[in-house]
Amino acid sequence: METQFLYTILILALPFCSFLFLGLFGHKLSHKVAGLIGTTSLGLVFLLSLYTAFEYFFGIGRNVQGIYQALVPYNTTWLPLGNLHFDMGILLDPIAVMMLIVISTVSFMVHIYSFGYMHGERGFQRYYAFLSLFTMSMLGLVVATNIFQMYLFWELVGVSSYLLIGFFYTEKPAIAASKKAFIVTRFADLFFLIGILIYGYYAQTFSFSFVETGSVREFASAAFMLPTALFLMFIGGAGKSAMFPLHIWLPDAMEGPTPVSALIHAATMVVAGVYQVARMFPLWIAYAPDTLHIVAWVGAFTAFYAAAVACAQSDIKRVLAFSTISQIAFMMVALGVCMPLPNGASPELIDHEFGIGYMASMFHLFTHAMFKATLFLCAGCLIHAVHSNEMSAMGGMRKYMPITHWTFLIACLAISGIPPFSGFFSKDEILEASFAYSPVMGWVMTGIAAMTAFYMFRLYYGIFWGTENKEHHAECHPHESPLAMTFPLLFLTAITLVAGFIPFGKIISADGLAYDFLAHFNWALGAKSCFIALISIGLATWIYKGEKQPIADKMQNAAPHLHRWAFKRFYLDEVYQFITHRIIFKYISATIAKFDRKYIDGFFNFLAWGTHELGFQIRGFQSGSIQKYAFIFFLGALALLLVMIL
Amino acid sequence: MIELNYILIVSAIMMFAGIFGFLTRRSTLAILLSIELMLNSADINFAVFNRMLYGQSGNTEGFFFTLFSIAITAAESAIAIAIMVNIYRLIKDTSVDKLTKMKW
Amino acid sequence: MDSHNIMFIILAVIIACSSLACVLAKSIIRAATYLFFALLGTAGLYFLMGYTFLGSVQVMVYAGGVVVLYVFAILLTRGKKDRLSENTKTKIFTSALLSLVGLGIVLFAIFKQEFLASALDAPNENVLPIKEVGTSMLSTDVNGYLLPFEAVSVLLLACIVAALLIARKR
Repeated sequence: METQFLYTILILALPFCSFLFLGLFGHKLSHKVAGLIGTTSLGLVFLLSLYTAFEYFFGIGRNVQGIYQALVPYNTTWLPLGNLHFDMGILLDPIAVMMLIVISTVSFMVHIYSFGYMHGERGFQRYYAFLSLFTMSMLGLVVATNIFQMYLFWELVGVSSYLLIGFFYTEKPAIAASKKAFIVTRFADLFFLIGILIYGYYAQTFSFSFVETGSVREFASAAFMLPTALFLMFIGGAGKSAMFPLHIWLPDAMEGPTPVSALIHAATMVVAGVYQVARMFPLWIAYAPDTLHIVAWVGAFTAFYAAAVACAQSDIKRVLAFSTISQIAFMMVALGVCMPLPNGASPELIDHEFGIGYMASMFHLFTHAMFKATLFLCAGCLIHAVHSNEMSAMGGMRKYMPITHWTFLIACLAISGIPPFSGFFSKDEILEASFAYSPVMGWVMTGIAAMTAFYMFRLYYGIFWGTENKEHHAECHPHESPLAMTFPLLFLTAITLVAGFIPFGKIISADGLAYDFLAHFNWALGAKSCFIALISIGLATWIYKGEKQPIADKMQNAAPHLHRWAFKRFYLDEVYQFITHRIIFKYISATIAKFDRKYIDGFFNFLAWGTHELGFQIRGFQSGSIQKYAFIFFLGALALLLVMIL
Repeated sequence: MIELNYILIVSAIMMFAGIFGFLTRRSTLAILLSIELMLNSADINFAVFNRMLYGQSGNTEGFFFTLFSIAITAAESAIAIAIMVNIYRLIKDTSVDKLTKMKW
Repeated sequence: MDSHNIMFIILAVIIACSSLACVLAKSIIRAATYLFFALLGTAGLYFLMGYTFLGSVQVMVYAGGVVVLYVFAILLTRGKKDRLSENTKTKIFTSALLSLVGLGIVLFAIFKQEFLASALDAPNENVLPIKEVGTSMLSTDVNGYLLPFEAVSVLLLACIVAALLIARKR
């Protein structure tokens, strides 16, 4: 059964080969050929992923317990360390297969889109090489058979993200942003690694196969350390998934090319943290249900914070970035609000009723990837058209770019949670799980959902309606993008339109059993959230649709500080700046640097000085006078003679 | 009675006279003369030790060593003198402290 | 005291004095002359030991050939005076000290080492026959020296060519 999936190694190998080929020989190829190589290999990966999903869900189907079994078609020991060993392999289970679909779809679309967007850019081949590297790493991350392999690919993903954010390496902000992204996520990954090592030490395994025949493995002596290990891993995930307070890198990462933002910083890499928590989920539920509350509240606060900031930003990519943070936080909340069975302290698998959040989180991950990628790609089209990220350079764009307008509108409706678009279904599941957890959480999340609708439509009206910047438009002639860019938009929008009707609960649920959520669907809650979203949209329409926006100006004047604080992202970057520069650099690093320069360097300088002085002293021997040499030679000969006769 | 090894004393005096000359002379030709002295004293030692060890027994290793050494010395001094003459032709001087052209 | 003992003393005095004079003489041509005497004295020692062939080779090649070569070389170059006093005092002092200390060590070694005590015989009693020298020089058995003989002849040829090459006018 597992041998039939042996070909899945190709899903990793193809993008890796294309990365190597483009990276090594790309500069000899023309732009067109390089792009075609990258896109073709990704197209093959896309088809293989679809085939895998089809075979996995329909070809093999459920086993006797009624769940989809996890398959390991390929696994090899890479580094044995006594009892422990680091493995490399491929694991197929429902969430991994679902992620394969998400990643390959978005990545394939982004490859196509980049043909138009990056047309004629310097380093086009390099761009495609990095995209391939990223796709390979991300696919490797989701099919990892153990936490250590996941960590390796996790870091590879971080590197390729760094390379792609800094793609325009001649521009200062891009360099700063790439460094910031790398350092912040790397800082978080340190905790991840510590968590992995604690886990490996106590559990004596790195493997993900902790679910055996319907119940979670026993960790007799390790149970008391698992909450710590899992929480440290969560910090790593929070770094990648931009949870407060480690979110600061994501808005800056928008300096990268827009398709990259769509792929990495909206759809795939930033959900790695969510995926990681979902991957370890049986352990969370069985051993650390209390720690899960922290995950939920961190997620909720992040969602609120990001939504508040998004309401005040003027750079369209920044708005989308904060919206991404907010939506990922929704997924985290959904995972965090899952609860163990009320009666059981026993490490039984969670029931799907209580684990609805798990399903909701994965569902939202899927739908969000599609509509957020659409939004970013639309933003790319707009930026392509007006050569600016600022909303002030746009306005009234609906006349110039009809396709972009409609796809953007649909994606906005989806993210706002309006039926029948996909966002409605997934968000509603999250709200339902939140209400089941506690009414407070439920209302908080509903409020944030309303804010989401508000700022998304503020963005929408600011771009496509509102005051038109006629001077700027006369200058740069905005026009609809070429087919290479509009096709991905249409394709992803089509998915957004239908994705809500995928019976997701039948594919993924906390205990693996089929779960028909439509039968359990809370229609009252759905109507309520839909109604609130509509009110928000109406509010945004009222404030931002017109040519003049008296209400917006009045609001801004009424609470100038609040607006300013939100616009400056509540000065969090400044706080970080203060802590790192004024405290850590000034007092700790500077002291260490001084010690290094004075004593460590000093010691070696002393050695060098001593050698130099000694050489200076004895260089008189090398006078070049043959008689002096002879003198020393005879002296030596006499000494030898003395040694011999005595 | 004079013993054979007294000749060694004579050769030692000759050797150290040569060394002294080698260390103090400035003219390269005079240095070569000192080298001849040293070589000669070594030759004497070969002959003396041969006589001392083998007497009349017919073993003549030291004898022949001296013989070939003389031949080689002749060759060596011929080359050395040719070089000196050439150097003198070039820089009109044979002082050992002036011959620095080839050092660097 | 036998006549050859007296002869040895005379030769020893000549050799020691002319060796010293050779390295102390102001004029190089004189130094060459003193070298000539020292070499002749050495030839006398060889005769005294009964190595008549060696003594005659010494006279012919060394005294007759090499010294004449030196004299010509000295005459061809400018005979500048070479005084000891041109050197610094420390150089002379250290050189003299080194030589004397070395001489002391060697003499100490000679007297301390108990060499086979063989007296200096009368020369005519133990002459190495020239016939024996000739046969072993050209024989190839254990005590034969044909190979070094040929090697030296090649060396001399090479040396003649090299000397001509170096000293020729360009």
